[in-house]
Amino acid sequence: MLDIAVSYNRFKFLGYEFLTWLWFVMENQREILKKSDKELVSLDIGNRIVLENNKNDATESITIKGDKAGLEEGILSLQKGAVVTELNLVYKAGDNEWRFNIKGESLNISSLKTPETGPVETQEDNEAALLEKVFLYEKIFVLMNNLYKHFISLRVTGRWEKDIVPGIRKWIAS
Amino acid sequence: MSLLSSSVSVTRYKVKGNLEKPVLEKIYNGLRQNAIQEIDNDPLEKIIGWTSFENPYIPDFEGSSFVIGPYLIFSMRLDRKSIPPKVIQKHYAIEMARQLEKSSRKYLSRNEKKSIKDHVIDVLSLRIPATPNIYDLIWNMEESWLWFFSNLKAANEELETLFSKSFRLSLIRLFPYTTADLMSGLSDADRDLLLQLSPTKFTE
Repeated sequence: MLDIAVSYNRFKFLGYEFLTWLWFVMENQREILKKSDKELVSLDIGNRIVLENNKNDATESITIKGDKAGLEEGILSLQKGAVVTELNLVYKAGDNEWRFNIKGESLNISSLKTPETGPVETQEDNEAALLEKVFLYEKIFVLMNNLYKHFISLRVTGRWEKDIVPGIRKWIAS
Repeated sequence: MSLLSSSVSVTRYKVKGNLEKPVLEKIYNGLRQNAIQEIDNDPLEKIIGWTSFENPYIPDFEGSSFVIGPYLIFSMRLDRKSIPPKVIQKHYAIEMARQLEKSSRKYLSRNEKKSIKDHVIDVLSLRIPATPNIYDLIWNMEESWLWFFSNLKAANEELETLFSKSFRLSLIRLFPYTTADLMSGLSDADRDLLLQLSPTKFTE
């Protein structure tokens, strides 16, 4: 395996491509989402999307914020050659909702809000609440792992350049 | 950051290596030997160590209290004293003036000034209590993963060092390359292809 620091910087583009692909999937191929999590009701962009465009050795960062933020500016940025570097996502399963940010370069999860857990009154409640929380966090990590696994399985094959990239280009241009 | 907070940040790790048996005893020893120590009456400016999730201000790992269901849950505590620079400046100036008067000289050497500053910081460090920062973690030994409840670079680096020192195991941070390499079930041939990848252009 490569040196950790070297591989972090050299391959952070994979995280940006993953989030860009994920946006495309959420808009166009929702069946892939369902395959990654059978209980999934929906996965959508929440209130924040960050894009980055590297042109002529200069980096331009575009942040779109707000609950009803139009994503047209995001598509416009993609048309100019940007990639997605950070997403706020809303995941729904059953009647429950999770919200979280995912960063492309690290795949770190932040501001993760899970559905509410039961009240804690006794020591046993405390342990049960902990285990419930772990279960609720795991739902997000398993979903993102499965989606990333799907993305990587495409990325290392010829299908990426042959089928996926033309599809994404068509979506960006439309 | 507490794992029970209403909003959390998580850095995920793969744990590399195996603990010798009896495993729980090894972990207990690693936690106890590297438990946080109080530095309120000590000139030390910073200290890092393990503490218990249930009671982070009085570390207690007895009775496998860190085992909850199939997980090990405990916390890293980083205590730091932060002395405001203006307070250091004030006491440094007072001490310099006192030394000059005592020695009947007009100037102090560079070494003397440094020694006075170090002394001032040591004395102030004894008077200022350390601020504790607590970061929870969950370790699933069976599946060799660990979640650390912070995205702060410095806290993550401290965790990696303390974990390796305590348990003689490595933590591999899961970011795009390591997740692809270790968690995506790639074949050796796919791994070679992964190393050759370069950024995609999504516009023509």
